[in-house]
Amino acid sequence: MVDAEGGLSLTIARVVQRLRGSSLHSQLERQARVSPGPAPALSTGFFYFTGWEKKLQNAVYSELNVFPSPCHPAAPPEHMKEPLAYMRKAQGSWEKRILKSLNSMCTELNIPLAQKRPASEQKELLNKWNEMGTDEPDLSLFRPVYAPKDFLEVLMNLRNPNYENGEQPSFRNHLGLIQVPLKVKDIPELKEDFSELGLNIGQLGIDDSAQVPPEFFENEHVRVGQKVLAEQDSAAAQQYVRQGCPTALRAELWALILNISNQPEDILYYEQLKSNVIQHNLLVDSLIYKDVKLTASNDDYYFVFEDYLYQVLLCFSRDTSVLEHFAYSSATPPKSYIRGKGELQKSFCFVGVIPFHGFSMYVAPLCFLYHEPSKLYQMFREMYVRFFFRLHSISSHPSGIVSLCLLFETLLQTHLPQLFYHLREIGAQPLRISFKWMVRAFSGYLATDQLLLLWDRILGYNSLEILAVLAAAVFAFRAVNLMEVTSLAAAEAVLADLSTLKVVPLLQIFLFATVT
Amino acid sequence: RGGRLQEIVFRNFYTAFVSVRVQRARGPRRWLTCVRRRRLMASPHAEQGAQDYFSLPRHQMLCDVDQVTAVRFILRQPSPVWLHFTIEELQIFPPSQKSPPKDFPSWLSALTPLPLPASRQELPDPEKVSAEAQQMWVLTEVIRARQAAARIGRFDVDGCYDVNLLSYT
Repeated sequence: MVDAEGGLSLTIARVVQRLRGSSLHSQLERQARVSPGPAPALSTGFFYFTGWEKKLQNAVYSELNVFPSPCHPAAPPEHMKEPLAYMRKAQGSWEKRILKSLNSMCTELNIPLAQKRPASEQKELLNKWNEMGTDEPDLSLFRPVYAPKDFLEVLMNLRNPNYENGEQPSFRNHLGLIQVPLKVKDIPELKEDFSELGLNIGQLGIDDSAQVPPEFFENEHVRVGQKVLAEQDSAAAQQYVRQGCPTALRAELWALILNISNQPEDILYYEQLKSNVIQHNLLVDSLIYKDVKLTASNDDYYFVFEDYLYQVLLCFSRDTSVLEHFAYSSATPPKSYIRGKGELQKSFCFVGVIPFHGFSMYVAPLCFLYHEPSKLYQMFREMYVRFFFRLHSISSHPSGIVSLCLLFETLLQTHLPQLFYHLREIGAQPLRISFKWMVRAFSGYLATDQLLLLWDRILGYNSLEILAVLAAAVFAFRAVNLMEVTSLAAAEAVLADLSTLKVVPLLQIFLFATVT
Repeated sequence: RGGRLQEIVFRNFYTAFVSVRVQRARGPRRWLTCVRRRRLMASPHAEQGAQDYFSLPRHQMLCDVDQVTAVRFILRQPSPVWLHFTIEELQIFPPSQKSPPKDFPSWLSALTPLPLPASRQELPDPEKVSAEAQQMWVLTEVIRARQAAARIGRFDVDGCYDVNLLSYT
């Protein structure tokens, strides 16, 4: 913990340092050199009129959103990843388990982790880059490294060694599955945080339905959206999407929020990744193939994007810039020892994000918005290093999966105590059903238009807490049916199909219109 | 004799509040409070801040900390859920040795700090209380469901109830 002033200056120092290395800095420098006059680049007027001010502002804003506020200077680097020692340890042993399973798969199937492709294979892959889905390799021997269910088992066994965990139920244990004493928000705090979801504020997802004439809300909202885009202001865009994005503007607004501009050098970078994919074959590739075949290809909405998914995910597994997020993620990238030096060592970058069953569903909804692979790729990478990595690593962050699970259980228990008790008694702990929704950020469970409305709010509030609120709201919505079931299977059947649900009304009713 | 204090740095381990008292070489041998009930954990029952690093700089101390001969830390943890609480990696810095190097210009550190929120709620929000009462309700349900399991043997608890009972025999 640092005091406010020290924290601010540390933040500024860090942002300055980060921006120095960015392409924005070199562009600015070039601009300053070519413009005439004695040091005109330093005057504020220059910045303002040439539009550099906005670009700089957006870059700073994006840095502030991604990196956590600096911790105490005396703290070791692992403290920034995760302040609680026992959580770090749990994450470490979970990673070890995954790596062991990967290694054993390698030895069992007798395939290397990474290997250079022969020239003929490289050529073949390059030719069918845009139709990789037609390839049907035999993957029956591969299995997903883990599924959300396995991860839930780990989270359930997470305990603070300094906490009095009795076997008997007492005020100290939680009645749900998660037994970690993290602080989660209650409804009044959530109401304050999500105040733009209030009943008297216009929402896309409610006020744009066919019964409501568009002049009440929709027309005006679209007009404001166009204005935000014209201004090119990240912060304004983030505030704007809290009320939902009009479909036509969503792609551009999201890119503005994440500060993705798809410059020529970004396209070049993507091409580089692509050539890395073509040169080398990784074990992870087979896992990605398998996952796409098992999930997205079977999905009514997403199967058309199969080829895009391969392109993005294969490039993602070779992108070393993803490694930067391990500075603030509780996870650590796996390392491997490579025999011999030279080319192989350099290009073998095992990025450390090991795909689990359903990983490709993080990419699939973005395919609706972006058709250019390089832009799609950048959007996914940014979404991943800002949000999605938190959904499969053990940490105490308020958007981390542990906090989300606890928030979900607490909300359900305090607001629907009868339901919670009933489900617990019949052995259908609610989290066992909702966990997979949250790990995948509801992708593949909701209808796509609804999913995008939900992700609007994730981007708008820069937080994943809304996922837990929605999960609780779904249970509240189906409470009457759930009270009648007598087994886990029956409860799962009640909640099997979420594709008819309307996200925004559910959230609004749960947060603002439920009498407690 | 005695040293000057510039900064105290430590890592918390489940301590909710810390007070620091010092004894000085000159003047009467009294313990003077220089930090009073500094809050380290946002909520004593929850993890937040429980294992964070903290520093207590000189300008936040309530009394003069020159010529200090002894320092006493008073740790408080009102929540009963933690097995242990302490502070670790304690470091005390004299003025010459400024704690960690800070690489930013001095004008940045002269910015005014934010005002502290001073409001304190008179009564807890009844809705919040009723929401918390749900946990008690489930516990009563659980206890009712397991009624026949064991008697609440108040007097045959082994070891921890070793009050010498009066015996009439």
